[in-house]
Amino acid sequence: MDLTLHVWRQKNGKDSGRLATYKAKNVSPDSSFLEMLDIVNQELIEKGEDAIAFDHDCREGICGSCSMVINGKAHGGQKGTTACQLHMRSFKDGDEIVIEPWRAKAFPVVKDLVVDRGAFDRIIQSGGFVSVSTGGVPDANATPVAKTSADFAMDAAECIGCGACVASCKNASAMLFVGAKVSHFANLPQGQPERMRRVLNMVEQMDAEGFGNCTNQFECEAACPKQISVRVIAQMNRDYLKASLTHEEAVPKT
Amino acid sequence: MKLDAKIPSGPLAEKWDKHKFESKLVNPANRRKYRVIVVGSGLAGASAAATLGEQGYDVSCFCFQDSPRRAHSIAAQGGINAAKNYRNDGDSVYRLFYDTIKGGDFRSREANVYRLAQVSVNIIDQCVAQGVPFAREYGGLLDNRSFGGAQVSRTFYARGQTGQQLLLGAYSALERQIGLKQVKMFPRTEMLDVVLVNGVARGIVVRNLVTGEISTHLAEAVVLATGGYGNVFYLSTNAKGCNVTATHRAWRRGAGFGNPCFTQIHPTCIPVSGDHQSKLTLMSESLRNDGRVWAPKKSGDKRAPHEIPDDERDYFLERKYPSFGNLSPRDISSRAAKEVCDAGNGVGPGGKGVYLDFRDSIKRLGMQTIAARYGNLFQMYEKITAENPYEVPMRIYPAVHYTMGGLWVDYNLMSTIPGLYVLGEANFSDHGANRLGASALMQGLADGYFVLPATISDYFAKTGFEKVDLDKPEVKATVSEVQDRLNKFLNIKGKRSADSFHREVGLLTWENCGMARNRKGLEAMLAKIPQIREEFWSNLSVPGSGAELNQELEKAGRVADFIEHAELMALDALAREESCGGHFREEHQTPDGEAQRDDDKFLHAAVWEYTGTGKTPVRHTEPLIYENIKLATRSYK
Repeated sequence: MDLTLHVWRQKNGKDSGRLATYKAKNVSPDSSFLEMLDIVNQELIEKGEDAIAFDHDCREGICGSCSMVINGKAHGGQKGTTACQLHMRSFKDGDEIVIEPWRAKAFPVVKDLVVDRGAFDRIIQSGGFVSVSTGGVPDANATPVAKTSADFAMDAAECIGCGACVASCKNASAMLFVGAKVSHFANLPQGQPERMRRVLNMVEQMDAEGFGNCTNQFECEAACPKQISVRVIAQMNRDYLKASLTHEEAVPKT
Repeated sequence: MKLDAKIPSGPLAEKWDKHKFESKLVNPANRRKYRVIVVGSGLAGASAAATLGEQGYDVSCFCFQDSPRRAHSIAAQGGINAAKNYRNDGDSVYRLFYDTIKGGDFRSREANVYRLAQVSVNIIDQCVAQGVPFAREYGGLLDNRSFGGAQVSRTFYARGQTGQQLLLGAYSALERQIGLKQVKMFPRTEMLDVVLVNGVARGIVVRNLVTGEISTHLAEAVVLATGGYGNVFYLSTNAKGCNVTATHRAWRRGAGFGNPCFTQIHPTCIPVSGDHQSKLTLMSESLRNDGRVWAPKKSGDKRAPHEIPDDERDYFLERKYPSFGNLSPRDISSRAAKEVCDAGNGVGPGGKGVYLDFRDSIKRLGMQTIAARYGNLFQMYEKITAENPYEVPMRIYPAVHYTMGGLWVDYNLMSTIPGLYVLGEANFSDHGANRLGASALMQGLADGYFVLPATISDYFAKTGFEKVDLDKPEVKATVSEVQDRLNKFLNIKGKRSADSFHREVGLLTWENCGMARNRKGLEAMLAKIPQIREEFWSNLSVPGSGAELNQELEKAGRVADFIEHAELMALDALAREESCGGHFREEHQTPDGEAQRDDDKFLHAAVWEYTGTGKTPVRHTEPLIYENIKLATRSYK
């Protein structure tokens, strides 16, 4: 199939950027979306022109590197699918496709479709862990965990940190990402000792990074390639409220 | 090149404890004076950086991805082995040790593998304490599953995303140390060379992938945890960014490279569908618990699978290996599929595929049970192929998955360069000539959480470090070599992309140094590589400049090293005149087509020494001494 692409080109963070048009010819319907971009890039390179830069790595939907808005939808809008797992058979011959980077103040563009998601790492640094060092831990079976709790923790832990939730939200909110990490630990006994200070610190860092607030439209859940439920946002809000009213680090001593 | 494995004396089970006791320690207050560089942030790198940071060393960690959480460890599906014996089914440290040695076809070091089995139990404890959400039973205790090459259930798992959850555990520990300022993290930064001062590893030269800036980082020890070299083949199940550059550059600086020809081909991957393909996708080994592998008996049979009656199907694994059947180890299952396809009985485009059929198990267990066990894998298969595996059997074909070879290390995980440590898939140590399923995660975390943090203090405590700064001539020379090489790529201004050369050398390696090797093919490959190299250095196109994000420049450096490394693999495969594990030399097989080891001549690790550009590297050997295990012929019949 032959396609017309309108791709966001931006030399670096200072450049203002623009959409450029390319033809993608003889694309196999069995190829993935990124393989289609590979073909376009091969032609550009052979002509000595700058290839379209985009983040990608595992190409099997688990590393969370790929990050592009395709025809207005993060990862292309197919349910539970990252851009690398989107296949060209879901497009038609002659289609026009607009490809843009994640757009959010907290994710500045590095080049073309590549953005800086360092804000997510800094949010994890602020509390997305259990403070245990290597060694001296109890036997793995010393603390039983109800299967339902473990399963819910796993549902939340599946987050791949791609940022589609932010890119799909009109407020550029990161609450699905932060809520997923908060819920993962809140549902396990190992997460309890730091549960309150974790949610306080992570929310504070999230705000400091410039992410917006949630206004309950759930675009994030629809765009999430791991289909993380907005239940995690509800859990984060509950924990945050409780922590800000009761936690000794949040409430000044009288 | 001197190869002293430094294996501690004494009984096997006591070596590690004795060694730890005899190692010198560094006082907690003095640890911050020692700088450690960790390259790579996968399971081995992240766990090492976090643990060394916790201990108080001054750690810097580097990765080429935009975040340490994206390293390819994240893609491991099935699970992680540990000798916990929670199932009460006869497992023990000794049994895990034995299974791993046998699975590796008796080409790994006893002492290292025994230690791996010992610390496997600590890994699970550590991960649970970090909040890794392993699968559990209704009673609240951890669940286990079975994996190939073992007769006990010792595999812990987190749905089909075990690697992801373990990596996120190590990543969270690493991020905690970054927040505490014990570890400095450098994402989107690629190591391009290691700096040696008077033969000792003292730093690395890196390129900032966003700005293109070249800089040098100095340290008292350098740790490479940079993964394997499966991407030499271009098409593999590795992530696109996986590369051999760090280990290859270290090799050129004098680190011995162990067993480069030992590569693992995984039997169940989605077959290649066309020239556009950029990578291959694995379908978990666990599918072979319920799927039956077959091909049509009649060669060139074009009928749809459901039209082929049972008596015209060849369930070749069940036929050839009745006692292990569809769960035969990876190397053996892969070769069997290749034989069938080479004989013209393969299915799908180009005849490069066999069926993995769930018809019988769906009939026996019902659709729902199969969906509960494999639903996400079936969905992934359908997404890629547009075929529904509940109705049409999956088509699978072997693909490159893992490399057992890597930089040679001693018992302390130090390479032949003092101060240069190598962890995880990047080293050659524990899997011999074939790795068992669910053992890669175990080894990466064993090396990073437990082995390196216990051995590195001895080196620090016993070494007097020369003062090194950026003006040192050795440092400046390394930086200018790196810079010259980058300029060279940019100035060729030819016509062909780095990818096109990568595909060419990859296909050549797959055909001649893949699932089966022979002298003629390997010699032809060695004759062809210089031509590819020459064209690469005269006709490469790298648009743009070095002072910006330039993904083609990144690829150029990696492909240049893949070409060199392919040559080393072929040399090693040619010199090893036997078949063992994943290394199958067609000249060395039993009358019924099984691998034939030659323990008299090849009971050793081959370690290659770089001797200069254009010169043939020198092959050294480390004899493998089996004091506890009796050598046997591996049989799964």
